[in-house]
Amino acid sequence: MKSMSAIIFKDIVIEMRNKESITSMLMFGVLVLVVFQFAFETINVERGLLAPGTLWVAFSFAAILGLNRSLAMEIDNDCLQGLLLAPISRGELYLGKVASNFIFMMIAEVIVLPLFVVFNNLDFNLKFLEVAAIACLGTLGIASIGTILSTISANTRIKEVMLPVLQIPLTVPVIIASVEATREVLTGDTRGISSWLYVLAGFIIVYLTASYLVFEFAVEE
Amino acid sequence: MKLKVLAILTLVSMLTALYMIFLYAPREALQGDAMRIFYIHVPLAISGYVSAFLLFIGVIGFFRTGDLKWDRFGETAAALGVTFISAQLITGSLWSRPIWGPWWVWDARTTLQLVLDLIFIAYFMLRSYLPDPQKRAKLSAVFGLLGMIDVPINYLSIYLVRTQHPQAVVSPGGGGVSPEMGLTLTVSFTAVGLLYAYLFNRRLAIAKVEEEVDYLEQVVLAHE
Repeated sequence: MKSMSAIIFKDIVIEMRNKESITSMLMFGVLVLVVFQFAFETINVERGLLAPGTLWVAFSFAAILGLNRSLAMEIDNDCLQGLLLAPISRGELYLGKVASNFIFMMIAEVIVLPLFVVFNNLDFNLKFLEVAAIACLGTLGIASIGTILSTISANTRIKEVMLPVLQIPLTVPVIIASVEATREVLTGDTRGISSWLYVLAGFIIVYLTASYLVFEFAVEE
Repeated sequence: MKLKVLAILTLVSMLTALYMIFLYAPREALQGDAMRIFYIHVPLAISGYVSAFLLFIGVIGFFRTGDLKWDRFGETAAALGVTFISAQLITGSLWSRPIWGPWWVWDARTTLQLVLDLIFIAYFMLRSYLPDPQKRAKLSAVFGLLGMIDVPINYLSIYLVRTQHPQAVVSPGGGGVSPEMGLTLTVSFTAVGLLYAYLFNRRLAIAKVEEEVDYLEQVVLAHE
């Protein structure tokens, strides 16, 4: 636990100094939302139906950007070697990185969310606390698998391209469940929401456990 | 010798299956001749899941023993997975056009198979960018494990959203299948199964030769 918080602390200090990860995720997320407004401007459909999808496209692609940054930072000055030499287990290292990735993604998303409300002419109300809660779960799912996949892709020559190739197919359940849950909250018809939340929770538990166990293989030299 | 027998059996069963699909099996009342593609489509779909299962076994074997043999096993399973699932998606699409209308319907099983296909392709892309055999084996095993765990979760989540796939049309014991149809399906299952076994064997042998060539290249380079 202590070693985990040390990793989180280290990442937060670095992020506060260079602000690379959050700014790039935030900018990218906003740009995706803006592009979607142009893309759907001419067609006559209800915005509320498309909104959850655009939100999660923005979140998941921004997350990939952040994950790439987060690992590039460790690789650049051989910091990963230093982390591996530190007297902590590989599993704890993984959980620490998941936590810091999760925190940065959430900060970016919390800023993107109000913009999403404004762009889609939705109302600011309590529903957005529920959307934020769903975002928490979905983001944790993305962070849990993204952290280990970014470690894998960092070993290849084309890491920035490899990460989305590996990550997008595996995060299909998270995207589906998050989009559906968000849609149910926004439309007010929340009868089926519990099964989506179960899918998200199940995904997080399964992938946190599996990645925790095999992370040592992903970082071993 | 055994291999030759397997090859001959595959050939014979495939010819028999083709004969039965086109000439022996009766014309389906509602869908007409388009339905005949199912005799191939369903076994291909099942081989896709079998590939996923075999890749999972390969991954677990590698984690337990660290033997590159299991890495080759997993790679072979994934190679056949890509081939068979892609073929299955194409046959499904060909059937969907005249019967459902669109080329592609985003229903539960279609989506699941497409995602599985993408996972296999990602597995290969990852491998091709990892030149060192040990590292390749390790990292692709990690990805293979995460990918195969994804299959049931995917199934669940996609299943909850949309189910439009014909359920009972060809499932064993499903209603409305005449004995001739059942027999044809059994034969084509056998044919595809034998083909799978034969290709698996050959692909595994190629993977082994490739590894030896890699090793010899390194030895030669080291001597120069």
